[in-house]
Amino acid sequence: MYSSNEIIETINMVSHQHLDVRTITLGISLFDCITDDKKRTCDKVYDKIMYKAKDLVKIGQDISNEIGVPIVNKRVSVTPISLIAAASKGHLELIKVLDKAANEIGIDFLGGYSALVHKEMTPYEKEFILSIPQALAATSKICSSINVATTKAGINMDAIKLMGQVIKDTAYLTKDNDSIGCAKLVVFANAVEDNPFMAGAFLGTGEGDTVVNVGVSGPGVVKTALESVDGDLTQVAECIKQTAFKITRVGQLVAKEASRRLNASTGIVDLSLAPTPVVGDSVAHILEEIGLEQVGGFGTTATLAMLNDAVKKGGIMACSSVGGLSGAFIPVSEDIGMIHGVESGCLTLEKLEAMTAVCSVGLDMFAVPGDTSAEVLSAIIADEIAIGVVNQKTTAVRVIPVYGKKAGEYAEFGGLLGRAPILNINTASPAKFINRGGRIPAPLHSFKN
Amino acid sequence: MKAIVSVIGKDKKGIIAKVSTALYEMDINIENISQTIMQEYFTMIMAVDFSDSKLKFNEIAKNLDKLGQDNAVEIHIQLQSIFDSMHQVTTTENKL
Repeated sequence: MYSSNEIIETINMVSHQHLDVRTITLGISLFDCITDDKKRTCDKVYDKIMYKAKDLVKIGQDISNEIGVPIVNKRVSVTPISLIAAASKGHLELIKVLDKAANEIGIDFLGGYSALVHKEMTPYEKEFILSIPQALAATSKICSSINVATTKAGINMDAIKLMGQVIKDTAYLTKDNDSIGCAKLVVFANAVEDNPFMAGAFLGTGEGDTVVNVGVSGPGVVKTALESVDGDLTQVAECIKQTAFKITRVGQLVAKEASRRLNASTGIVDLSLAPTPVVGDSVAHILEEIGLEQVGGFGTTATLAMLNDAVKKGGIMACSSVGGLSGAFIPVSEDIGMIHGVESGCLTLEKLEAMTAVCSVGLDMFAVPGDTSAEVLSAIIADEIAIGVVNQKTTAVRVIPVYGKKAGEYAEFGGLLGRAPILNINTASPAKFINRGGRIPAPLHSFKN
Repeated sequence: MKAIVSVIGKDKKGIIAKVSTALYEMDINIENISQTIMQEYFTMIMAVDFSDSKLKFNEIAKNLDKLGQDNAVEIHIQLQSIFDSMHQVTTTENKL
């Protein structure tokens, strides 16, 4: 049995430290919906999503009430639509159906308007990718992701070149809302198949029919726990581990129970520290609590590396199956500490890139001037993707070139997406490199057979 | 089904009586009670079993919430499994 203090600790984590389960994401395989007829494919996709996910929101709410921990988002991820629509070429019709289903079920996001082109693109996949700006501008809940590289296949530079332009086009089509379409578009290296987090969630081809993946959160809980640690860094790491264990256990409980009630298999718990823009829910503030004056200064990469590692070590024993992106997230616009770092000039894009080498995702939710060229965007992506490919980890880029705005201004997204100060970036031209196209071969250490 | 009822607020006369009466009226058995004063706040923790209650969990939670509001204290009810999960390495089964 546990003590009164432990019960109070749990209650305080929720009421004062923003402990929450960030998302229950129900993965739904759409392979059995493939036909060569647009209308029939759309009907089958709509029916399957409506049938499998109809109770998702209610079940999430019920579990939240019973355990007394908020479950912030209820989401659906589906098999990459480029695979489902390839036979019928009906992706533009499908996007409407997906949006309709998402709105009717009442979920927060639906991910999977995706393509896996890490080695090459088929002509249809190219057509599909070019439809992304239109798809994201016409919908509000649909998220898109493209895998452009893996450690095994190398880096598809043709796809990266294309994505630079696709991101610019998306920014233009959603210019009335500070180019918010780009916040729903992720470019990946080594994309994972069981990610519950948006915008990069899709259900991988190796997954089952319906599967529940859960992402937990709680940077505020870790920061509060660290406030009482005066010891050395070994003790700091130990404190993070113990706290991560408790946070992740909540995710495990929710994943088990949600999958039972949804009659789906229990997938993974994503061992994540995901910030929100509110005060007291910041990953950057954990690093500052460890001992930095401000995030972005020297010491940031080392403290982040330790935090990320300790979160995994604590979380991995707390659940039976871990996966997804697992680690600390450092999205700029969604973390008040990161926003302040950029505002003061302490956190630059170059330092952010270094941080991504040791933590879970990548260059996330950062805004650049609207007149940034497509080639520079592609090169930002190429650099980040190279970090993932060489280090055999997932990395991603979610960049918002805010149409009509300059460095120093703000992009305002609201809600979980927050607000992003627009970074001043290096604009030296990488055009010749990007326009060469082709593929950067897989690194030597990928040949392990 | 087991749950934990927590009552947090400024100490006042009769609060234990009121909460236990409400639980009795909903046919909920109290298995353990502890109380402390933490940072000037009165904190009462009750381990309860609501298997015999005719009410659904949501209804019980609603009634307790109302009772809390009427008496200017916070009353929460949460399934025991959340505390089992967070504070015990060995759990019987991660199940609500």
